[in-house]
Amino acid sequence: MKTLIIDDEPLARSIVKEYLKDFPQIELMQECNDGFEGVKAIQQHQPDLIFLDIQMPKINGFEMLELIEKPPLVIFTTAFDEYAIKAFENHAVDYLLKPFSKERFNKAIAKFLDQSNTGTSKNNTQSLLEAVPASPVQNNRIVVKTAGKIKIIPVEEIHYLEASDDYVKIHTKEGNFLKNKTMGYFEQSLNPGQFVRTHRSYIVNVQLITRIEPYEKEGYLVILKTGAQVPVSKNGYAKLKQVLGM
Amino acid sequence: MSNQINKKFRIAFAIWWLLWFAVHYSVVFNYGATKLQAFADSSISNFLLAGACLLIINNMRYYLPRQEKYWYVLAISFGLAVVWLVVVRVLLWAIFKSETVYLAMVNVSSTLRYAVAFLMLGCMTTLSLLWYTQKEQKEMDARKTEAENLAKEAELFKLRQQLQPHFLFNSLNSISALVTTQPEQARKMVHQLSDFLRGTLKKEEHQLVNLDEELQYLELYLDIEKVRFGHRLSTQISCEETCRLLKLPPLLLQPVVENAIKFGLYDTTEDVTISIDAKKINNDLIITVTNPFDPETSSPKQGVGFGLSSVQRRLYLLFARNDLLQAKAENNFFITTVKIPQV
Repeated sequence: MKTLIIDDEPLARSIVKEYLKDFPQIELMQECNDGFEGVKAIQQHQPDLIFLDIQMPKINGFEMLELIEKPPLVIFTTAFDEYAIKAFENHAVDYLLKPFSKERFNKAIAKFLDQSNTGTSKNNTQSLLEAVPASPVQNNRIVVKTAGKIKIIPVEEIHYLEASDDYVKIHTKEGNFLKNKTMGYFEQSLNPGQFVRTHRSYIVNVQLITRIEPYEKEGYLVILKTGAQVPVSKNGYAKLKQVLGM
Repeated sequence: MSNQINKKFRIAFAIWWLLWFAVHYSVVFNYGATKLQAFADSSISNFLLAGACLLIINNMRYYLPRQEKYWYVLAISFGLAVVWLVVVRVLLWAIFKSETVYLAMVNVSSTLRYAVAFLMLGCMTTLSLLWYTQKEQKEMDARKTEAENLAKEAELFKLRQQLQPHFLFNSLNSISALVTTQPEQARKMVHQLSDFLRGTLKKEEHQLVNLDEELQYLELYLDIEKVRFGHRLSTQISCEETCRLLKLPPLLLQPVVENAIKFGLYDTTEDVTISIDAKKINNDLIITVTNPFDPETSSPKQGVGFGLSSVQRRLYLLFARNDLLQAKAENNFFITTVKIPQV
């Protein structure tokens, strides 16, 4: 079985490495210094398990996981994360609060071995990501992968969001990006004073609105500074009016 | 709630005056006045007296005497009763000009009427004084509790900030890693961490410290970070000899340097240098903290964003000036300047 350690502190990695020596069946493929390296290494090695820190440079642990299509099982190693602990308890294989003992570490590995033997896994990490208090709010950015590259979109650069099958299409001045999330997720996690769900399939950045026009019966169209036209439902119009103070 | 009280009060008020109207009517009637005279007498007197009471209540709502409360009660009851009596007499005389027997009775009973009015008004003034004072007291208590709660919360938040759980636990984790491989280094870090924590705990908010002392403390903090991040972090601290004994509020620079670490070190992957530079210009101590940042992942706002508002606030509270903290981004470097006037 293959594993990776993703943590930006060399000493923190060395302790996991040291504890891992007692488990010869788990082979450490690589140590990664940040989420970017992590994404690459996961693609390259297809590990069964990763040890993941949350607070890391460039992109945090959750943002990194979001970029991976079939995330491996995860044991989180974190110093202090009051918001995510509930999500860990319910959805991660285990989480280790730094500093952790050898015994605690062994327990986590036992859990992992148990889960990978019985095959109760894989979607675990997906449900974890859904349960974690949204990262865009915390960091004011959304991380996407486009043509093999990682792109960080600051929230204020979003023009509007559009539902697109199982994805959400993020429209920005640099083009469109797909993110594997639901509209509901974005509606909840983005600042409701700036982003309004005007339609079942659309969320608009209200700071870019230049005018609102009637469209068909009971509907409206929002015209953005960029010229883009976004549909508004009757319900959405009411919300828009409230946010814009009309 | 207050509406309900209001409604209840109105009903009680109305019932009271209706009763009093009846008493007044029957007394005047029993003394030999006609029904019409008794009715007019009672309604004019009591209507006006009720009006005077309402006047007092309303007045109290906007003006609550704080000193000389009891003189105020006496004076206002006395004055209003006089005015009331004059008006009542003028009105009754105007209506019943020719009915001398009745008017004589009014004349004779004036003292009694005055006494009743004075008592009524006095009671009403005292009651509303008590009522409004109590209400004010309640509001003040609520405000006080709220302020106390806010202070408590702020205190808790501060304590928690001081402890910096992230920093603390990560440092302990580093020590745990060092124990087996580099025990000497581990021991050194235990000492550094202890000194650092002791420094956070003992400092008094309002006692100024020497720059020298503060810089040593920051160095301690940076040294711990150096252990955590290997040799990726280097620091440059320069301080003119003349500045060493200048004064500043304790731990003022701590959040500034933490901020520099947060964006310069936690959020980058390359080797970074964080520099602290102190000099004296005119009568001000000027401290500049420079850190690189990654423009791809964090876009620092110009001015004071970046979690520096607490420093700004503290400087304002100490020196009543808002221009003492400045921050700007330049070529992927974030530069924070703190100015501390020397008194």
